[in-house]
Amino acid sequence: MKLYCLSGHPTLPCNVLKFKSTTIMLDCGLDMTSTLNFLPLPLVQSPRLSNLPGWSLKDGNAFLDKELKECSGHVFVDSVPEFCLPETELIDLSTVDVILISNYHCMMALPYITEHTGFTGTVYATEPTVQIGRLLMEELVNFIERVPKAQSASLWKNKDIQRLLPSPLKDAVEVSTWRRCYTMQEVNSALSKIQLVGYSQKIELFGAVQVTPLSSGYALGSSNWIIQSHYEKVSYVSGSSLLTTHPQPMDQASLKNSDVLILTGLTQIPTANPDGMVGEFCSNLALTVRNGGNVLVPCYPSGVIYDLLECLYQYIDSAGLSNIPFYFISPVANSSLEFSQIFAEWLCHNKQTKVYLPEPPFPHAELIQTNKLKHYPSLHGDFSSDFRQPCVVFTGHPSLRFGDVVHFMELWGKSSLNTVIFTEPDFSYLEALAPYQPLAMKCIYCPIDTRLNFIQVSKLLKEVQPLHVVCPEQYTQPPPAQSHRMDLMIDCQPPAMSYRRAEVLALPFKRRYEKIEIMPELADALVPMEIKPGISLATVSAVLHTKDNKHVLQPPPRPAQPTGGKKRKRASDDIPDCKVLKPLLSGSIPVEQFVQTLEKHGFSDIKVEDTAKGHIVLLQEAETLIQIEEDSTHIICDNDEMLRVRLRDLVLKFLQKF
Amino acid sequence: MPAGSSGGYHRRPCDGDGLGPRVWGRPVSAPLRLTSFPKCGPPELPGWPSRDLQGFPWPSSLCAPPPDPPSGAVRSGAEPAAAEGRGAGISSLTMDPECSQLLPALCAVLADPRQPMADDTCLEKLLDWFKTITEAGSSLLLLQENPCLVELLCHMLKPQDLSSRVLSFSLRLTGVFAAQEDCFQYLQQGELLPRLFGEAGPLGGAAWTAPTVRSGWIQGLRSLARHPSALHFLADCGAVDTIFSLQGDSSLFVASAAGQLLVHILGLSMQGPADGPPSLQAGDWPACAQKIVGHIEESLRSMATPQITQALNVLTTTFGHCHDPWTRVLWVRLSPLVAGLLEKDPVPAAHSLVDLLLSVARSPGLSSSSCGLWETLAQTLSRLSPTQAGPLALGILKLQDCSQALRAQAFAVLLQPLACVLKATAQAPGASGVLDGTVGDFATVDTLLPSKAACVGLLCRTLAHLELLLPLPQRPCPWPQAPLLGAAVTLLQLCQGSASPTSDTGRHLCALLLGCVRVQRAALDFLGTLSQGTGPPELVTEVFAVLLEYLRSPDSSPTVLKKAFQATFRWLLSSPKTPGCWDLDPQALLFLRELLPVLQKRLCSPCWEVRDSGLEFLTQMTGRWGGQAGFRHTLLASEVPKLTEQLLRDPESYVRASAVAATGQLSSQGLCISPASPEHPGGQQKSPLSELLHILSTDSEGFPRRAAMHVFTQWLRDSHADVVGDTEEFVAGVLQVASQDLDWEVRAQGLELALVFLEQTLGQPGSPCPYAVTPPVVAPACPLAQALQPLCRVRLFEFAFRALFDCDRPVAQKSCDLLLFLRAKMASSSSPQEARSSPDVASVEAALQRWQAGDQAQPLGDLEPEVVLAVLKSMDLEGLRGALAESSDHVEKSPQSLLQDMLATVGILGENEADCY
Repeated sequence: MKLYCLSGHPTLPCNVLKFKSTTIMLDCGLDMTSTLNFLPLPLVQSPRLSNLPGWSLKDGNAFLDKELKECSGHVFVDSVPEFCLPETELIDLSTVDVILISNYHCMMALPYITEHTGFTGTVYATEPTVQIGRLLMEELVNFIERVPKAQSASLWKNKDIQRLLPSPLKDAVEVSTWRRCYTMQEVNSALSKIQLVGYSQKIELFGAVQVTPLSSGYALGSSNWIIQSHYEKVSYVSGSSLLTTHPQPMDQASLKNSDVLILTGLTQIPTANPDGMVGEFCSNLALTVRNGGNVLVPCYPSGVIYDLLECLYQYIDSAGLSNIPFYFISPVANSSLEFSQIFAEWLCHNKQTKVYLPEPPFPHAELIQTNKLKHYPSLHGDFSSDFRQPCVVFTGHPSLRFGDVVHFMELWGKSSLNTVIFTEPDFSYLEALAPYQPLAMKCIYCPIDTRLNFIQVSKLLKEVQPLHVVCPEQYTQPPPAQSHRMDLMIDCQPPAMSYRRAEVLALPFKRRYEKIEIMPELADALVPMEIKPGISLATVSAVLHTKDNKHVLQPPPRPAQPTGGKKRKRASDDIPDCKVLKPLLSGSIPVEQFVQTLEKHGFSDIKVEDTAKGHIVLLQEAETLIQIEEDSTHIICDNDEMLRVRLRDLVLKFLQKF
Repeated sequence: MPAGSSGGYHRRPCDGDGLGPRVWGRPVSAPLRLTSFPKCGPPELPGWPSRDLQGFPWPSSLCAPPPDPPSGAVRSGAEPAAAEGRGAGISSLTMDPECSQLLPALCAVLADPRQPMADDTCLEKLLDWFKTITEAGSSLLLLQENPCLVELLCHMLKPQDLSSRVLSFSLRLTGVFAAQEDCFQYLQQGELLPRLFGEAGPLGGAAWTAPTVRSGWIQGLRSLARHPSALHFLADCGAVDTIFSLQGDSSLFVASAAGQLLVHILGLSMQGPADGPPSLQAGDWPACAQKIVGHIEESLRSMATPQITQALNVLTTTFGHCHDPWTRVLWVRLSPLVAGLLEKDPVPAAHSLVDLLLSVARSPGLSSSSCGLWETLAQTLSRLSPTQAGPLALGILKLQDCSQALRAQAFAVLLQPLACVLKATAQAPGASGVLDGTVGDFATVDTLLPSKAACVGLLCRTLAHLELLLPLPQRPCPWPQAPLLGAAVTLLQLCQGSASPTSDTGRHLCALLLGCVRVQRAALDFLGTLSQGTGPPELVTEVFAVLLEYLRSPDSSPTVLKKAFQATFRWLLSSPKTPGCWDLDPQALLFLRELLPVLQKRLCSPCWEVRDSGLEFLTQMTGRWGGQAGFRHTLLASEVPKLTEQLLRDPESYVRASAVAATGQLSSQGLCISPASPEHPGGQQKSPLSELLHILSTDSEGFPRRAAMHVFTQWLRDSHADVVGDTEEFVAGVLQVASQDLDWEVRAQGLELALVFLEQTLGQPGSPCPYAVTPPVVAPACPLAQALQPLCRVRLFEFAFRALFDCDRPVAQKSCDLLLFLRAKMASSSSPQEARSSPDVASVEAALQRWQAGDQAQPLGDLEPEVVLAVLKSMDLEGLRGALAESSDHVEKSPQSLLQDMLATVGILGENEADCY
């Protein structure tokens, strides 16, 4: 069993598991932090961004000034943003049989894999994962395609040139593999390869393994996966949450008794408690708005935004914010808000019960109805006429490199009355803000990551007791900035195996058993013999048929009849070469009696030596050794076959045959 | 149904149609037709007990008062001791005829197993009543006058299916009677006592399985054991052995009572016979005492911890309650055995041992060093684990007189866990300062670190112990203020994850304590207490830094945050003052500048508890430094006053109440600003006065309205600028709104405000303390009637009279006090105008009578001062005050009512059950 690690990002995993002749890709995450090296794509022409000076080398050489721009001491690539793909060279991805998707954030690299690697398999995901994943991809494509950029920088990626660049460009890894965003056509094609599954549904893969999605409690339709054969069980935990938010709670019980547990997607901000962060979010939002400022919340169009809107729904009246407009701007805003209301079966119990009342499960429906929350596909059109300040705007993209958020950053960045509140944990907020410096607006960092923290993981592992844990290397040591925090790492016994990008792990796990069926007629013919109370043995002579990873013992063919008049025999008449069966032996040899028997048969000068494993009977005259051990007996005599056969027969007298 | 309740649906059992008169509150005219008492002849029938008790020769005195009651046996019912007795409010100290008449029926009911008592609180009340009677008079006489009582007790001896509650009651009742020696003898003669308390009684029967019976048996003996005869009785009936075994009873109540009874018996037997105190030689002690002490010795030698615990508990109680010289002999005899316990590993019953040693150490006769007590204590301190030794160390440090060495050792034990924390987190060795010397014991580290629960428990206890110790005069000196401050700050940093220990132990400690709310709360409390002392400036800076960290942290739970606010206030209070100036020092002001944005954010928290704590903190700060320029400037530069104003409309009533208090305080100090709010852009902001008046008249919850009344009263007292402008209009407005409030506390507070206005108008009342420095009384220069004019104008009297007949007693009492105060004023000043017979007076009196009757619809109209004075004069305010002082159930709380209640309850029990379905 091997694990090919194609992504080094612990929360955007992409691993391939080779297990029992199947090749399973676990998630398909796309690392978008590479976009932080690029200049933002402004929706409206930004004089500030277009007038940034080009970057030149220390010696004054300015050959890169078209590609690289300098802003407040940072250098950015002036080009269409590019993403860091999972490894494609480590394993031939056309051999991947299936891709299992855990949640909509972990499928963003799917078009790159399904459309460009010769992949011919099937992708499995739950319905909300597919629908919301489609929205995320659609939004991404839309954000990038609607601001066409003629220029595509590639010179800087040259290894010799990259070395000369300042950090962080100098340290960017795998830049040659960075790719531009996919197209909507590729998205549609990739999504068409997905087969929908429901929680606890068992899917057979070639008869060899069975895969099952389980609720992971992190997002709508998010799953962990069980991959099991008859005697082995691998659990894949990715992006799970034990908090009571909107999704169905995590199914922990089904993870018990795993041989291997692959653990990814833990919280990215283990020191921030989501509850506290929501409180901070609300307090800062209220403070800003009360002072007449605007609040900008860069966010994804689905996920935490539902919880934030729910908190605000409860909070705005108490904070006296009833008259403040909330705007949600995204090409998929409408679909996201509506989808969330229709996936009732994927919601937590409380929300499910609302559906039967019938009421919308999420209170944002009421916010929309009362005009407190308004949503627009873009800041062009209706929004510009409805827009009034102070207000709160939720919009993407959290990297601040593309999407409507770029415009708001340009618009509001100059006033210290306004605040940008970062809630998505995927991007370093300082790096995200770098191309907007100098910035007067207040910045608040309230990362809300509901995924498992280390305390919860520790409890989970104690409860489900896997034999081996495999996780990204980042989880096996405290974060570099807090090296004393021994609590911020996975602590389990035996220690977790760690992986990093482009590494292949041989999982410490050997296949020991295989389930084999016996045909009924063959079973009928068995004659068990009780050798110990409760243990019976029977010899089986059969032919093992293996097809589609299923093994069946069939009765052996009858001895071949004389072919008679037939001249030719058909290929199917070929039978395996059946040798005469030797009897099986069992029992043990009592040394004293054996020696007496030898003496009776004329052997003298017998010497017995005790060894660690048994005895050696030495026939000194005959220069022969009989080595008797628990599970074997050897007769060692030089070139005297007669003697050996005599001795063998004497040994056999003490054993049972069947 | 307990006595004193007034449900009208109770029916007498004998009323065939169930529609008979109510039972309590009036005498029952006809005797109850209870036929269920199996042997119940008319109580007057002489000699019935002898028939029942098969040949037992009852003394002839049974039916007649003894010729010579022992002196003092019959006491006046009005004796102070009895008057203060534990009669649970039942007023009668003697058995009145009505009760005597009801008693036989009640005894019959009690003795009848078919009529179970539904509510045993009645039995408790009955017992209390009997105790009151017997404490006030002769039990013997009581029994002779009410033979049904003896009959009831005798009835208990029969093998029958009696309720365990009644049996327990009877045992206790017997004990109450037998507490008097003559009555004891009387009951002894009838062999009632041995049969009830001896082997023949419930002790050997099935009833003994009920814990309540065992408890009754013990309590009966406890009451009974008051005189030497009782000791003989106990010895004869072998009760002491039974008590020994009951010490290990499965019911904790029984086990504990058994231990206490042993202590009582030991004390009683050591009081000695009348001819003098017992010998101080242990060998000469009375047999009973010898037996008990022998048992204790045996238990102390035992290998079983429960037995050792029992013995130690008995000794703890003994030394705690009795300080006679013999206790010293007892300790000298037993201390080697106690010391022997310390040699066992682990030390058995450590908690009880600690209790005992502290009890001995606190005992006045024993606390000198001659008993070897200090050595034992020192040895115990070193033998016990840090968790067990903590309470002992605290106890030792609280002792007034003990050796310095022992105190130092105890203090070191107490400080050990904190020393460990400091050592584990110290960047460089030796940084933990004074506490350093206490470390070196690996046991503490082991106790501290094995598990989160152990670590948290030990640290919380240690902090609580030190917090208790700090304000005591006998606290250790020198007090290691700086290391303790360091330890508290370090603990808080560990819990927050902001400490970065370098050692493995420190890292482990950090992992254990991270996010632990219990330790955070305890450490913040302790840190607050430490503000009473001073610390090195760099540590004080650290204190403020860690407090700010907690106030800022989004992960601080609401309770932790509240504690952080409290500690911050205490530290700000203690910050060094510039001489001659009450303002905050520059460092504190700097801190305040950082604090206010945090407070601002907290006031916007979605969690109401946080907003509430923030407002309370603001109120405290404003109250303390509101007049100081530095504070005012910083506060006004922040958004806090504006946010406070907005929180007056918070959806949570507690927060609104706190916002009202904060606004009151801010406004008093002139710190309310009134810019246009975002809700009313361009609109004129309301003044705090009109805001609060609006809350008082419209808020749906009581808390904000009460808070508003408090603020108004304070404003009136402090002559707030908004009030001084037109005080009369202010008072009239507030009283008018308050009088219609449904919340009695608001109305009561209205009376408080009225009183302040009254005092300001008429002058302060005379100080009750003759030595107090009284402010110069502002006597009205004009006649009283004229001085009352403003009061009439604000309709204060209508408010007060209405309150006088308020359905809530505290309001009526307060109003009564106010009017009495006014009448006292009247008496002290000459009031020439009399309007006694004017028609106005009559109409007002008539209106008041209607009000008293419950019809308060009609207003009094404009009252003239003269009319008020006349009405006041004619009212029986003292009488009303007396009536109001009675508890509301005083009418129902009579023994007679209790008896009737019990009878009625038993009778209708079945009916009630039927009604339920």
